[in-house]
Amino acid sequence: MTQTLVLAEFSEGKVAKATAELATCGARSGEVAVVVLAAPGTGDAMAAQITTGPVASVLIIESEAFAKFGVAAVADALAQLVDAYKPLALLIASSAFGKEVAGRVAVHIGSGIITDAVDVSADLTATQLVFGGSTTVLSRVNHGVPVITVRPNSVTADVTPCSPSISHASFVLSENSQRAEIISSAPFVKGGRPELTEAQIVVSGGRGTNGDFAAVEAFADLLGAAVGASRAATDAGWYPHSHQVGQTGKTVSPQLYVACGISGAIQHRAGMQTSKTIVVVNKDPEAPLFEIADFGVVGDLFAVLPQASEGVRSRKS
Amino acid sequence: MTAMKIAVCVKQVPDSWAEKKMVNGLLDREGVDAVLNDLDEYAVEEALRIVEAHGEGHTITLISMGPERTTEAVRKALSMGADDAIVVTDSALVGADALLTSEVLAKVIATEGFDLVICGTESTDARMSVVPAMISQRLGWAQLTFAGSVVVDAAASSVTITRVTEAGVDTMKAQFPVVISVIEKINEPRYPSFKGIMAAKKKVIDVRALAAVGVAVLASWSEVKDATPRPPRAAGIKISDEGNGGDALVNFLAEKKII
Repeated sequence: MTQTLVLAEFSEGKVAKATAELATCGARSGEVAVVVLAAPGTGDAMAAQITTGPVASVLIIESEAFAKFGVAAVADALAQLVDAYKPLALLIASSAFGKEVAGRVAVHIGSGIITDAVDVSADLTATQLVFGGSTTVLSRVNHGVPVITVRPNSVTADVTPCSPSISHASFVLSENSQRAEIISSAPFVKGGRPELTEAQIVVSGGRGTNGDFAAVEAFADLLGAAVGASRAATDAGWYPHSHQVGQTGKTVSPQLYVACGISGAIQHRAGMQTSKTIVVVNKDPEAPLFEIADFGVVGDLFAVLPQASEGVRSRKS
Repeated sequence: MTAMKIAVCVKQVPDSWAEKKMVNGLLDREGVDAVLNDLDEYAVEEALRIVEAHGEGHTITLISMGPERTTEAVRKALSMGADDAIVVTDSALVGADALLTSEVLAKVIATEGFDLVICGTESTDARMSVVPAMISQRLGWAQLTFAGSVVVDAAASSVTITRVTEAGVDTMKAQFPVVISVIEKINEPRYPSFKGIMAAKKKVIDVRALAAVGVAVLASWSEVKDATPRPPRAAGIKISDEGNGGDALVNFLAEKKII
């Protein structure tokens, strides 16, 4: 059986687009089995949400351990599934969580690992953009079952309807995985805006906002965009750390990235320069980000953005 | 209360500002300025704060792997206040991946024995963010990673952290020994003082070859097939706002069929 295992992604209880993206990559090499790791009694409802993408089967494991022990428990479950199913590869979404899970699984099963792929071909060659997107690297795992994490929003998902077969499995939680316990958990509430790494459009604010993100948010909402922030803005406490774009924050690669009042330190560029189209609004004509902007406006974001918002609004009506 | 032994894993990386390129499928580390990985400074700082909060007798040992000149970056972390360092350097480690790196670090940690291992969340060159999790898996120790705060209860031999990721904030707790990684919001790393720099010159850096660590190097389990520089992005249209900048922006988006 030439199967490819995919770890399903859920966000706020809903199946994330990344699941179909991973399945799309996986289907190029094998038959996709999506793994749903759920709290007891919730697996079937979660699996029932997987209705699009090239998914042949869904494998549910229910356990309290996933919420209680996090990364370590998830890695145990996946490593045991790999041992049992001997798949062609294991694909996981690239996030802090997904990469740590992948790292533990790779050690566990003695396999090579590739993180942050933006594409995976039929022969499991992964494409990565490294050094802030300045170099394209093709690499392959040559030992064990390849463990590959794929960045959300980088592969166009095949969203053909599917009706996968559903089955249940179990796993044994190792003693070592119980050594760090999650005592409480407070997921970020996204407030109706799309997830930063999954958004087609991202509007970001930086030092130039002076802490006032109203104009940035208003423009973002009109475009159905996610809101990002530079490190300067999150360090100043103007916007939550979870929205930081850049080397030490998130890497985004949307169709459109609008940078408002962000000068464009190399650390910020590293997180956004693979965006398809880049628009920059900044008062300072010397701001380095203009060097990579497809369209730049030298001006005050508090004048330019409201006018642009008005323009978008009038085109919509 | 017994003295705590703290290890901080640090790495020397090319300066973030340096232009990086691949040579024969590996990052060219020769031709660029090398510095202490920014994100490791937060780990060093957090270790120093833990020691300062718990009085005398606790030690901080830096552990690093890399080419010979890694000792320069290690010296900087020593000048911040760490006590000593172990550096594993060996020509067989050139191009080591995360799996091998974590194996070498875990081996040194296991041999020396520590209560706490503290790392940055990632290195600014490879950016995989997997080594702390791999070390934890290899050692079978508790994984407390992406910490936005760390509280050590030395008497109870326990650590509580808040784990801050894109998904949310979790509170996690574990008994010693633990592997911690800290995010860059956790603290403001100190600058080495003159006194610290002078003191660091006399601190011991124990340089070990791979054989002394006891790790046999196998071929890397992943290989780079091809590395191609992408054409640099060229600047496009740049206008000055003369009262119609917002409209011009909207027209551009319409032309691109984005709206």
